[in-house]
Amino acid sequence: MKFLLIMHMNPAAWEGLTEDEQKAIMDGHDGFIAAITGSGEMISTQALGDPATSAVVRVRDGVPAVTDGPFAEGKEYLAGFYLVDCESRERALELAAMIPDAAVEGLGVEVRPVMFSAGPDL
Amino acid sequence: MSTAVEDLLREHAPRVLGLLVRRHGRFDMCEDAVQDALLAAGTQWPRDGVPDNPWGWLVTVASHKLTDAFRAEAARARREAAVAALEPGDAPAVPDEDDTLTLLFLCCHPELSAPSQVALTLRAVGGLTTAQIARAFLVPEATMGQRITRAKLRVRATGFTVPPAGAQRAERLRVVLHVLYLIFNEGHTASSGTDLHRPELTAEAIRVTRLAHSLLPDDGEVAGLLALMLLTDARRPARTRPDGSLVALAEQDRALWDAAVIAEGAGLITATMARAPLGPYQLQAAIAALHATAPSTRETDWAQIALLYRVLERLAPSPMVTLNRAIAVAEAAGPRAGLALLEPLAGDARLAEHHRLDSTRGHLLEMAGEHGAAREAYRRAARRTLSPPERRYLEGRAARLGTAAPVTDRAGGTP
Repeated sequence: MKFLLIMHMNPAAWEGLTEDEQKAIMDGHDGFIAAITGSGEMISTQALGDPATSAVVRVRDGVPAVTDGPFAEGKEYLAGFYLVDCESRERALELAAMIPDAAVEGLGVEVRPVMFSAGPDL
Repeated sequence: MSTAVEDLLREHAPRVLGLLVRRHGRFDMCEDAVQDALLAAGTQWPRDGVPDNPWGWLVTVASHKLTDAFRAEAARARREAAVAALEPGDAPAVPDEDDTLTLLFLCCHPELSAPSQVALTLRAVGGLTTAQIARAFLVPEATMGQRITRAKLRVRATGFTVPPAGAQRAERLRVVLHVLYLIFNEGHTASSGTDLHRPELTAEAIRVTRLAHSLLPDDGEVAGLLALMLLTDARRPARTRPDGSLVALAEQDRALWDAAVIAEGAGLITATMARAPLGPYQLQAAIAALHATAPSTRETDWAQIALLYRVLERLAPSPMVTLNRAIAVAEAAGPRAGLALLEPLAGDARLAEHHRLDSTRGHLLEMAGEHGAAREAYRRAARRTLSPPERRYLEGRAARLGTAAPVTDRAGGTP
């Protein structure tokens, strides 16, 4: 089963950490990547730019309009993700708990299943 | 590579590997050597012709590859002495079929996770390449390669011994059958990606299960699983429309079902149940046979199906079995009787998050004429399912109930 492990960023929570704590979290991702690559569960991971660098495109009556900034303003934003393929939802939750961000007050890792194509016979 | 050569190679792959591991141990290195030999045969045979004794050719080439690998390792570790004891022997005249069985038990080792068991079985027993397996499961080749490497190292330590005996053997065989069932299901219901079917996986699952059945002809559950796969796969041509949407069993064009495969599956399960101790796969195959041989949903023997589900519920209790039984009971004795069976399931943690409870409830409520409640149940199920075609199907059913015109047919929603 494939899951997206979504890292939500809360700048206030992040800025409340010391430089060493921030570095420990960023370094912790290397260990996590090594672990899920070794187990054959890693599909891909990306960190995303700050929402200040986003743009939203809307096409109305066939005419595209571009506005700078994120789709929705909020205190938290999507900072990056891991796409994994693992045995079960339980295992995906276990993997999420291994991501260093999950241990930071004010942050959390969201686990969402990826949709697949069929179901049991109807 | 021609299909004939590929079929021949994949037929021999587990036997060659079984022999090598039995002689030399080191499952991981033997597996690499066999894959190398298969690759070499795949280039040479179509060009130079298939050797007179393909099995002997593969054993010889794989043994040489293995010796090279041992030498390289020994050189690295400065343990040349170890190599002398590992000279390749000649291929025996006939492959030992028990080796294949032992290999199957090894690949389905209970210490491996299910995805690892599946991947290793497809590679070592099925003779598929890592790239083919990765494609089938829609993961990067590196991911699948790592999963297989890790699994090989894990089982290396367990050794290559004869399949366990007695109760332990039965338990290990249960795991093997479950792995084959998972491979089939992945092909049949495609748990990732956008194609509804992955026919190469269903075909591979059927091929390996056939192999297991030929090695263990007296085992009723192996035969039952093979029959279940055949009877399920026979309906494949009718399960989807050209646009990829799902067709419910009641609406399927039964003329599209593969009559020859149904006859084989039904014959197999009938003969098996007459002689073997009853088991869950046999019961599921018997239910599939009743569906597959009925001329229509209406003329299906629902009372018999409900009875079989009741036996299955006792033998292998699971909320999904109860759900299916409720549908059969509803068809046989009316929707109220089916809905009553669903009630206790609402509190079952294993189903609480699952859409099937709501989709079944929707179906039975629709049968009972409670269209408002049915529509709500279908919508809840549509939000919960992770399958886009199924979501479209459920939204469609909800929409049909939303119109002012009375809905008179009660098609759909059968397992």
